[in-house]
Amino acid sequence: MKVGIPRALFYYSFYPMFKTFFEKLGVKTVVSSPTTKKVLDNGIKDTVTDACVPVKLYHGHVADLIGKVDFVFVPRLVCIDNEATFCPKFLGLPDMVTYSIDNLPPLITPRIDFRNGRLELLKVCYSIGRMFTKNVVKIFKAYQESIKSLKNYEQEFLEGKIPPLNIKKRLNSDINLGALGYPYMLYDQYLSLNLLKKLFDLGVSVTTPEMISREDKLKQAGKLKKTLFWHYSNGVIRTAFHMFENCNIDGIIHVTAFGCGPDFIVDKLLELEAKKRSVPFLTITLDEQTGEEGLKTRLEAFVDMLRLRRRLA
Amino acid sequence: MKITYPYVGNSHIVIKNLLERFGNEVVVPPKPSKRTLSYGTQFAPEFACVPFKILLGTYIEALEMGADTIVSTGGVGPCRAGLYTTLQEEILKDLGYDFQMITLEPPGHYLKDLIAQIKKLINRKMSIREFWSIIRFVWEQLKLFDETELMSFKIRPLEIKKGETTRVYREMVDLIASAQTVKELREIRHEVNKRFENIEIKENYDPIKVGIVGEVYVVLEPFANLEIEETLGELGVYVERSMFLTHYTINNAVTDLFHIKGEKNVKKAAVPYFNEMCGGHGRESVGHTILYAKKGFDGVIHLSPFTCIPEIVAKSILPAVSKDYNISVLSISLDEQTGKAGLRTRLEAFVDLLDKKRQKFKERMA
Repeated sequence: MKVGIPRALFYYSFYPMFKTFFEKLGVKTVVSSPTTKKVLDNGIKDTVTDACVPVKLYHGHVADLIGKVDFVFVPRLVCIDNEATFCPKFLGLPDMVTYSIDNLPPLITPRIDFRNGRLELLKVCYSIGRMFTKNVVKIFKAYQESIKSLKNYEQEFLEGKIPPLNIKKRLNSDINLGALGYPYMLYDQYLSLNLLKKLFDLGVSVTTPEMISREDKLKQAGKLKKTLFWHYSNGVIRTAFHMFENCNIDGIIHVTAFGCGPDFIVDKLLELEAKKRSVPFLTITLDEQTGEEGLKTRLEAFVDMLRLRRRLA
Repeated sequence: MKITYPYVGNSHIVIKNLLERFGNEVVVPPKPSKRTLSYGTQFAPEFACVPFKILLGTYIEALEMGADTIVSTGGVGPCRAGLYTTLQEEILKDLGYDFQMITLEPPGHYLKDLIAQIKKLINRKMSIREFWSIIRFVWEQLKLFDETELMSFKIRPLEIKKGETTRVYREMVDLIASAQTVKELREIRHEVNKRFENIEIKENYDPIKVGIVGEVYVVLEPFANLEIEETLGELGVYVERSMFLTHYTINNAVTDLFHIKGEKNVKKAAVPYFNEMCGGHGRESVGHTILYAKKGFDGVIHLSPFTCIPEIVAKSILPAVSKDYNISVLSISLDEQTGKAGLRTRLEAFVDLLDKKRQKFKERMA
């Protein structure tokens, strides 16, 4: 029995958890191959044109798993923090996938909504576990192990590592930069055109939202008049506020996808806030067409400007 | 305090009556025009949807006309529209305008807050009886607007002299706008019926039937959808719309209080395809499409602003619905670039297609 996990969207936030859970149940997991042009092209073919690149890419990764696995794991993440849901496209993801791709293997689509009570995750795990084993103790152990592995994974980020890219944050650097964006944009090498690596090569110390602890983010929650409706967006905007106040940053780069729904609000709010605090701000919008050289030039120019600014100050 | 508010369909007249009777000075927002949209596009983020841009442009025009308070509605997500006032306030303040933003949140989650905001809008003493009589009057007026519009949809495809229905409809809108009491509205209702009956119509003509579904603003505001209902009507198509203003108000103000989401039958129809309420009117679009198919409509036109998230989800699912229920669906994405002539060509092609499909069906039956 093999379960496929598409390497896109929430993969970068929860992958170790999914993997541990299934493996402890005695089920093999197969992750779709890293993003390539072919994967993305397949995704574009299956989706409507207005969808954002990450969603198109997700379809590509699901398609990549066809024929390799018995099930594909496409959870419907609704709410995991009791205050905000995910982007509507996440909420409708299993439906979109079902009606967009032909010849799909059966999908496992648990609905995960923490507003249903504290035991929600356990209940979801139990219902998935029962598909593969009757041993309740085994399911419970798998559940515990999976949570532990998620904690370890998150801890690695807090220590400044980026496990999906296998790099570690530079500590002693003249330029301190915030690269803000959703994990599925930042940590996908193909989609982000290796943006983080490029910044590392320019000798910059980069902080991403995952490197700021949950508590620090929550402290900034009151800064906005109205809490945003989306889990990842709240993370990004709170990280920005935290960095404005505590990190003595030189600049902010906001990485977003073309046509990203929530981001037009996040981006404008960040831009206005950065303007108020006179922090240099750069928006990088990525889509299936973005060229690598163009991005490199823009990043170099931005970093050069920050260095100049620091020297003049 | 000079109040202004968003412009949607005919609602501006009703809201003006309501606010004036509550003792406020009102700046009636101008009808959206090219200028409105160009203001909106200039200052709004690139990926904001058309409704956001039109509203932002309207606010700028109204603020230039001297307004100092903006009233608009909020929301609880996950559709972006619930955050529009927050962002629009930031953008307008950044542009240097000085004003107050009053956001009316849905009663289900923010009842206390809503009452406090409504109190801000009532600026003269009145008895409860008077309050209800005002509410009753504006409600009746809103209902009459919707009825008139509905009637125009029925008559327009049958008219012999092209454009007559639209002319009568516009006259009637002005007439309804001039009413001051419920009694006057009653008289006007007779007048409306009479005028529409007097339009010469074709006998024995069975028009193509098309349902319109999609995001609320572009469905309700003719400027945003390039007067699609008029264009279709003049092509000889009977149009039915999934949403009306009265409808929308009830669904979002009244039922929300009791935490009922969406209309029951629509929701039920959509569930096999669309399992999750994902904000906006995405699920309603799918549900209504199925209901139209069941009612024997020839086709459905799905309107959505470019980058609208819930409608993108709906759009991904609609092809499956179209196949299962054998109903033709045309998805139209609207933004500031959409041109009327281009849209007309697409509509003509779609209607031709529906006509051919119907003929083929008849031949097969014969």
